[in-house]
Amino acid sequence: MNTLVNYGNLFAITLPETILEVVSLIVLVVDLAWLRKSSQASRMASACLLGVAGSAGAIFWLTTHPAALSFASGALVTTPLVAAAQIGILILTALVLLLSVKAEFSRNPGEFVAIVLLATTGMMLVTGARDLLVIFVALELLSLSLYVLTAFAKTSPQSAEAALKYYLFGGMSAAFMLFGFSYLYGLTGTTNLSEMTFLLSGQETLPLVIVAFVLIAAGLGFKVAAVPFHLWTPDTYQGAPAPVTALIASGSKVASFALLVAVTVGFVAPPSSESTGHSLWIVLLLTMAAGSIVLGNLAALVQTSVRRLLAYSAIAHAGYMLLGIAANTPQSGAAVVYYALTYALTTVGAFGVIAVVEHATGSDRLDAFAGLSRRSPLLAGTMLIFLLSLAGIPPLVGFWAKFNLFAAVLRSSGSASWPLAMVILALAASAVSLYYYLQVLKRAYVVKPTQPEPMPVSFLELATLAAIALAVFLLGIFPGMLSGWIPLG
Amino acid sequence: MLAFTIYLSFAGALLLAFMPRAWARTARGFALIVALAGLAVALTAFVQAGGQGSMAISDQAWVPSMGIHYTLAADGISRVLVLLTGLAAVAGILFSWNIGDGEADRANEFFAFFLALIGGVYGVFLSVDLFLLFVFYEIAIVPKYFLIAIWGSTRREYAAMKLALYSFAGSAMVLIGLLAAYAQAGSHTMNLHMLAQYPFPIRFQMWVFPLVFTGFAILAGMWPFHTWAPTGHVAAPTAASMLLAGVVMKLGAYGCLRVAMTLFPHGLDPWGFSFLGIGSWRTVFALFAVIGIVYGAAVALVQNDFKFVIGYSSVSHMGLVLLGLLTLTQIGIDGAVLQMFSHGILAGLLFATVGRIVYVRTHTRDLALLSKLQLGKAMPFAATLFVIAGMASMGLPGFSGFIAEVQVLIGAWHAFPWFAIVAGVGIVVGVAYTWRAMQRAFFSDTPALDAQGMAVSVPEYDPVTWPEIAGTILLVGTSLLIGLYPRLLLDVIAPAVQSLPHALLTGGR
Repeated sequence: MNTLVNYGNLFAITLPETILEVVSLIVLVVDLAWLRKSSQASRMASACLLGVAGSAGAIFWLTTHPAALSFASGALVTTPLVAAAQIGILILTALVLLLSVKAEFSRNPGEFVAIVLLATTGMMLVTGARDLLVIFVALELLSLSLYVLTAFAKTSPQSAEAALKYYLFGGMSAAFMLFGFSYLYGLTGTTNLSEMTFLLSGQETLPLVIVAFVLIAAGLGFKVAAVPFHLWTPDTYQGAPAPVTALIASGSKVASFALLVAVTVGFVAPPSSESTGHSLWIVLLLTMAAGSIVLGNLAALVQTSVRRLLAYSAIAHAGYMLLGIAANTPQSGAAVVYYALTYALTTVGAFGVIAVVEHATGSDRLDAFAGLSRRSPLLAGTMLIFLLSLAGIPPLVGFWAKFNLFAAVLRSSGSASWPLAMVILALAASAVSLYYYLQVLKRAYVVKPTQPEPMPVSFLELATLAAIALAVFLLGIFPGMLSGWIPLG
Repeated sequence: MLAFTIYLSFAGALLLAFMPRAWARTARGFALIVALAGLAVALTAFVQAGGQGSMAISDQAWVPSMGIHYTLAADGISRVLVLLTGLAAVAGILFSWNIGDGEADRANEFFAFFLALIGGVYGVFLSVDLFLLFVFYEIAIVPKYFLIAIWGSTRREYAAMKLALYSFAGSAMVLIGLLAAYAQAGSHTMNLHMLAQYPFPIRFQMWVFPLVFTGFAILAGMWPFHTWAPTGHVAAPTAASMLLAGVVMKLGAYGCLRVAMTLFPHGLDPWGFSFLGIGSWRTVFALFAVIGIVYGAAVALVQNDFKFVIGYSSVSHMGLVLLGLLTLTQIGIDGAVLQMFSHGILAGLLFATVGRIVYVRTHTRDLALLSKLQLGKAMPFAATLFVIAGMASMGLPGFSGFIAEVQVLIGAWHAFPWFAIVAGVGIVVGVAYTWRAMQRAFFSDTPALDAQGMAVSVPEYDPVTWPEIAGTILLVGTSLLIGLYPRLLLDVIAPAVQSLPHALLTGGR
């Protein structure tokens, strides 16, 4: 590694992260110093709105300073794609905070928002990191923040249980990953991904490389909730407070997938160059993808809790995205980021609706959604848009993301035969997925309400959800809107 | 101009979705106006264009980096089917005028889903860009689910889910084929005509063609993938049955012709070997079509639910459409398109009679119960209407069904003589089931008896309402007009069929 560290460069690259850090400290100070005596609701509201302001500031900096920089020979980079993912993560965090303004699960709003911002910092660093050490540190910052957030509903036993499961699985897989990293370092003498590509080529059959890849796949597979490292997902999604679940399901996923794209580019030479057979890393990704697609979609069919249903659907979606990562072309990498961002946006919306329904009925079971269209037509309408987008029904953005992703996968094929087979599997499985999304919508639109009175929903929540739904809809009709940001096709 | 059929329907659906719940009557009136406007646009375009070739409507870049354009155009086949859609939409709303009498009917939601479905159907018939076509094709799935699941009857949730999953599975098959073709042709374009120019390898066509054809044919009710159709038709509310049988099944047949056969004509070529006398996908699908004709008719013969009779008859009639397409002759394909139009009108009329005029008054569709009600005397309007619709549907000369079926059979005679004979038998069975249903429902000799076995007088039913009469005139008039002067449509269809890719008109040689 370079001994000469250019601190000016480092500061320029990490300024958005710095903004978040500073704001998270401000949130803590404001909450402790001035709002001690205020009501719980106003403390939460001011903390969340401060957090939103911080995210907005970081977004502003990123959009006004589109620079392709790199620090310490590529330990941290900002490419247009990384910047796009980071802006997306910040928007997602802001939305999650907007949806938590009315949340009542925590008596420590300052700490909650501060840790959310720390987690976001972790996500942004993960997205830009291109060095094994930086990757690990950033991932740990993200993971530790999320463990704490999962346990944040201190009065809820489910929250504690979910956090413990998440932590135990997470700690274990982080250890695996670090072990794998150490082998790679021992083999190549570098921790830098861009140097590793060259050093690893031709050595892919070495037993140690195989061990290292399997260990790293376990660690990253955990982060993206891919089979067989998915076991924490349903429990955590169900037990964590709804805004935290939204954060785990959205920003954290975007960051992890962006990282997987970068890692894959680092581990495997692009398919166009001369390579003998499949790289083991690609085989691992494809195995996880196939398992996730099949298991995620099948297990979701029998869920009665909407949160668990979305957890299994998240596993299935992770499977689709892994296909794009395995294709390993620049187009497919961009397609994965596009997919992850739009999927995350939709999921934040869906968990927003779940939070409202849970608050009103005390349950996230399918039956809690009965008659939603009559209790709150607008809320039901947004849920309709979110779930149909997840199912991949046009003209919603989920369909474009799928189409773009699968087209990129098919185009990458060259001589390999797996892309066609895997796309067929994915599309067949996504035909099944309509069943379980319709299970929720059936409750909302077809089944009569058990309680006729309108569902209480605050204006801010409704406005945020409507804005997300509108974005999902408009991005589906004008998919080119993002093309200056993430190239389609 | 034809593009306004799409925009009007979607704009209407959107407005209805945000309309206050109490405005039920306004909602249906508004929906009728929107549907009439769509019909007016379709009719104007139909009359203006006459027999000319394909007319471009719109061509704008949508996602230029992926070669996807917003391209709409209408050739003769499209214009005929758009006209059919307009007629079915207006008739469907007229025959669901009873929705909106009560506030619990959720009339604004009903008509919003209805118009969204119609908009999707218009879109499919007008799209030239295959991506756009697929988008509209899928847009049509979701409203069907809700129309059946919320406002349906007999096992509605089951039937709605089955229909949605069958449709979605079919469209997944289509999407695989389209994606594969798009990637194979270099990912530059999704334009139907440009893709059709690309020389797809024979091996490629041999697996993609059956995939895409089956995907679309599921929606056309091809045996053995037809099972969604009878359950769906029976469970659906009248307007939705009329649309399902009238236009949604046509989407499938249209996709078979427009996408599967046009893009991959060599998928129809012989395999080079034959198994049990079957030597190509063309024979396989023609066999399925013929089985569907006979099977649908035979099953319709033994149904006790009046609506199931009509549901299975739809499977039978759609078999004729598929058979006509697969003859690969001018006359056969002409006949198939005409049969799509004719069946769309007649199936609508039959479902309206059974599901609206009779069911709303008697609250039963059981033929055994209906036979005791002396409906021939109690409901002369319904009886007369069913006689007319039944006659037309069984292929009586003078109605639209006759000329269509004759053309399909002539085409089939050239292509598959044996299949033509079997299909002819199926049509004869069609006479039998129509006759049986007519006799049992309306002209039974069984006297009406009460619980003690005493004869009761003919019950009084609500009089026929003006929307029912208007819808009847619209549909019967159209069928008669086409039956008496089929050139009205054939002169539009024939040039369009002639300009199909040459491989589709060789008669398989």
